Amino acid sequence: MDTGSLCTVERRGRVHLITITGAGEHRLGLPLISALRAAVAGARASPGAGALVLAAEGKYFSNGFDQAWARTVPLHLQVSMSEGFRGLLADLLALPMPTVAAVTGHAAAAGCALALAHDTVVMRASRGFLYMSEVDAGIKIVDYFAELLRQKVPDAATRRDMLLAGRKMTAAEAVRRGVVDAAADGGVEDVVAAAVAAAEGLAARGWDGEVVAEIRKAMWPAVWGKVKDYGGAETAAAARPRL
Amino acid sequence: MCTLEQRGRVFVLTLTGDGEHRLGIPLMASIRSALSSVAAQAAQDGPGAALVTVAEGRFFSNGLDIGWVGTSRARLTELIDALRPVAADLLALPMPTVAAVTGHASAGGFLLALCHDYRVMRADRGVLYMSEVDLGFPLPPYFMALLRAKITAAQALRDVVLRGARIRAPQAKEMGIVDVVCPGAPETVAEPLKLAEQLAARKWDGAVYSAIRISMFPDACMSVGIVQGSDEDKARNFGSRL
Repeated sequence: MDTGSLCTVERRGRVHLITITGAGEHRLGLPLISALRAAVAGARASPGAGALVLAAEGKYFSNGFDQAWARTVPLHLQVSMSEGFRGLLADLLALPMPTVAAVTGHAAAAGCALALAHDTVVMRASRGFLYMSEVDAGIKIVDYFAELLRQKVPDAATRRDMLLAGRKMTAAEAVRRGVVDAAADGGVEDVVAAAVAAAEGLAARGWDGEVVAEIRKAMWPAVWGKVKDYGGAETAAAARPRL
Repeated sequence: MCTLEQRGRVFVLTLTGDGEHRLGIPLMASIRSALSSVAAQAAQDGPGAALVTVAEGRFFSNGLDIGWVGTSRARLTELIDALRPVAADLLALPMPTVAAVTGHASAGGFLLALCHDYRVMRADRGVLYMSEVDLGFPLPPYFMALLRAKITAAQALRDVVLRGARIRAPQAKEMGIVDVVCPGAPETVAEPLKLAEQLAARKWDGAVYSAIRISMFPDACMSVGIVQGSDEDKARNFGSRL
């Protein structure tokens, strides 16, 4: 199934794999955010799906919001982009199955936040870095981003290095400092395979999906609190693609 | 009390003299005045500045001026209330901040060091010590908020606050409280200056830097009285320089 041409969806065993397509920066503008929300809703609806993997083709996982577009449009559309992203995070936090991010390339700003919003993060060892670029770009960080970082990167010094020093963190450092769970050698396909294997292992536990979602939301209450009005169960139903 | 100098883009705040640098009303007022000058000067100079706070002698700061307090509850409250805006000034300062922990830092003095983004500490002398549990004082709420924000490893926080641990630099680094350990006094001044220059050279916009810092520690910032900008303001600030 193709959700536009911005991301593809496939099943590998019990794993629902979403891949952001193309060689570009996978900037999170309204089109890609909508496509991803539809794909995540598809996972929720897919019978027998036991875990989700989000991956990307090319050099980038995602290089953040579509700033170029945002600069050219009125404030309310910029807000729509930001709110749509909040909704995507809500959809992921409320998803009734374990989630794995396959950070196949650079993940910056909103792209980094998107990766960290998954339960498990597998990162390409040989290439790519996590980069909270806001301080270098001169952009303030809105509350739900800061909250996501606070909950996913509890160590104060690591969070300071990421947010206040704009550190570009490779997989080795990210694993060492507890920001990601594992580094995978090889190319994009190898990272995806590693993520899918991890996801299959989680799916094999046979957990009740609704329980997984409730536990996750309870683990990250501050983040959930800031995104729940923009997505999650109810709105996910509305975002379901019309086949 | 304290002096302020500017070396290139680095502001150096020095707690002067060989004493304990006890945080009394006059010293805290001087520090606030210096920080205010720093912020004003940086606004004039433009992006790319940093602050180093250093102390002369054997102490970074041994905390609030308990000698002046004596047995007066009112005076103790006055000092606790006076340190809060100093913490706020540091947490809101529109530039990276480095504490050069050149000697003992206890209680309010430890807190002062924690209010900086980075801590460099000498290995050969001096301890970090939250003395309240030993002295029989509860911790003011904003103290605890800052400790919880900056000391995130649960066992480290417990050892600092509930165990009254006297922590030397190498252990402090392991606990995630200190960033760089230096062998002795001269390095403990030179390293922070070097770090500050590197940070200043990143030319970060001061207002953005300060806002990001505040969004990192919202509870601590709220507890010292900093009001966060609204998300609408931040959305308006969305236009990137990239």
